[in-house]
Amino acid sequence: MVGGEVKTLPMEIKFNEDNLKKLEEAKSHYPKADAALMSALWLAQEQFGWLSTDIMKYVGDLLGIPYEHVLGVAEFYTMYNKKPVGKYHLQVCTNVSCMLCGGYDVVDYISEKLNIGIGETTPDGKFTLIEAECLGSCGTAPMMQVNNYYEENLSKDKIDSLLEKLSKS
Amino acid sequence: MSDFQPIILKNIPELCNIDVYIKNGGYTALKKALAMKPEEVIDTVKKSGLRGRGGACFPTGMKWSFMPQKSEKPKYLCANGDESEPASFKDREIFEKNPHQFIEGTLIACWAMGIKTAYVYIRGEYYKWIELLQEAINDAYKKGFIGKNIGGSKYSVDLYIHRGAGAYICGEETALLNSIEGKRGMPRFKPPFPASFGLWGCPTTINNIETLANIPPIIDHGGEWFSKIGEPKHAGSLLYGLSGHINKPGIYELPSGTLLTDLIYKYGGGVTDNKAIKMIIPGGSSMPPLRGDEIEGLKMDNENLKTVNSYIGTAGIVVMNEDTDVVKVIKRITKFYYHESCGQCTPCREGCGWMLRILDRIDNGMGRPEDIELLKDVANNIEGNTICAFGDAAAWPVKWAIKKFLPDFEKKVSESVNIPITNKVHSLRVTYQE
Repeated sequence: MVGGEVKTLPMEIKFNEDNLKKLEEAKSHYPKADAALMSALWLAQEQFGWLSTDIMKYVGDLLGIPYEHVLGVAEFYTMYNKKPVGKYHLQVCTNVSCMLCGGYDVVDYISEKLNIGIGETTPDGKFTLIEAECLGSCGTAPMMQVNNYYEENLSKDKIDSLLEKLSKS
Repeated sequence: MSDFQPIILKNIPELCNIDVYIKNGGYTALKKALAMKPEEVIDTVKKSGLRGRGGACFPTGMKWSFMPQKSEKPKYLCANGDESEPASFKDREIFEKNPHQFIEGTLIACWAMGIKTAYVYIRGEYYKWIELLQEAINDAYKKGFIGKNIGGSKYSVDLYIHRGAGAYICGEETALLNSIEGKRGMPRFKPPFPASFGLWGCPTTINNIETLANIPPIIDHGGEWFSKIGEPKHAGSLLYGLSGHINKPGIYELPSGTLLTDLIYKYGGGVTDNKAIKMIIPGGSSMPPLRGDEIEGLKMDNENLKTVNSYIGTAGIVVMNEDTDVVKVIKRITKFYYHESCGQCTPCREGCGWMLRILDRIDNGMGRPEDIELLKDVANNIEGNTICAFGDAAAWPVKWAIKKFLPDFEKKVSESVNIPITNKVHSLRVTYQE
């Protein structure tokens, strides 16, 4: 990883009130509490930014699931961050439709502009760049996902203004 | 442009709003269905000839009739909105433009099969659309269409969204079940089929989002009306997704059996820069590709696509122009399958990696004369030898691209630099002897 600290972990690993409430709500959707694991991991990622071993252990304890099972699930799904990521997670789609419309050019352009390679984070911890598999936005290619939301029909100008806006916030 | 009136993506502004939806005849089908016997609802769906829109084209009414009407265990419905097949992006259009028709269809399906809990599985990346659908579900709860005593009846249904987290394989129905149970999304062996042993071992039906969105108009207008739309063997409309080298990409709702050339030139505005077409993927990346010279007069539905050895899949059409490097495209598709293989079955887990490495060296000008045969061999050994259809999905593009675009592969191989095959152990021994 290029650069040093990305996100320092809070001292205490504990869900905030809001997330504890959301977890109870999620548990009520299923006949068995362990089915709420994926929801719990989402909440954890929202609160802590990524899923460290300690966080996974905490989530496992909350739901009465062994850590190994939690790790297995977290590792299986690509959207759970098992490593710290920057404040803005730039996930550029390079699958077939985007590739035909210049998805790799977008990756190269951002990589050059931010001076980071794929899977790397800028030294200030602002941006992480990754190549993503099809994000279901083929009609508006090329596109990328920035944290939770999509940025579609990308052009150099659009990327420039987006990165400018994000680096200021 | 066309006389066809869309069934799902209707041209009504703000249809996503529940009041607008009700004003335009929404939730009347639910009331009508609740007044019918469950068997009558299933019969209507059977009569309509509706087939699953997730790719397998299984008759929906028949699938529903597999559910036991009387069961000691609870029963479940899962709506499959994983939509991870490259080139398909239709379900998000439904969530955005007409979520209530999907919700209504889901509720009717629940009534028909005696289900009290339904889960909507949506891929994790669709955060915006999860928010939109949740809003729609909340509105429907408030109006009494979901929850206790729906639509004033004695029937109660709950509807929950389950957010995925980035795994293509969770679109496979049994992998989806495991994912909802909070496990790794690995497909299960069938039998037992989900209708007898699904979520938590209970009878479960899995339907695609688009399939369920088709249910309310079928109940409203009757099965016979629906069966007359499009091709008789694949009735109804399809949400065709156009992407790639095309002027007007997007989702187009048209009757099944619409001409592919019409889709590309009439609706899609033609190929970008007016170039000729080299390759077309007719229904999502796993479907066997077509050559540009195969599309004249070709109707887009499952039966007609079989005549050119392909399938409709999810109707996600990728158009590629004459300058496209077929080997590169197939390599990219194979990379996707290599990344997404759940790793359960050896032929798929190992085979996808082998195919990717061989395609990579052909693409990088280091292909060997025997590589094309080797690729075919690996693909043939994946196909049909895995628990789920993922293996076929990974093997088909490679196998059929070689069959249909052999000169492209041969050209790359013949232009390759002939690099002697070195074996590390062997070369070490040589050094030692010197």
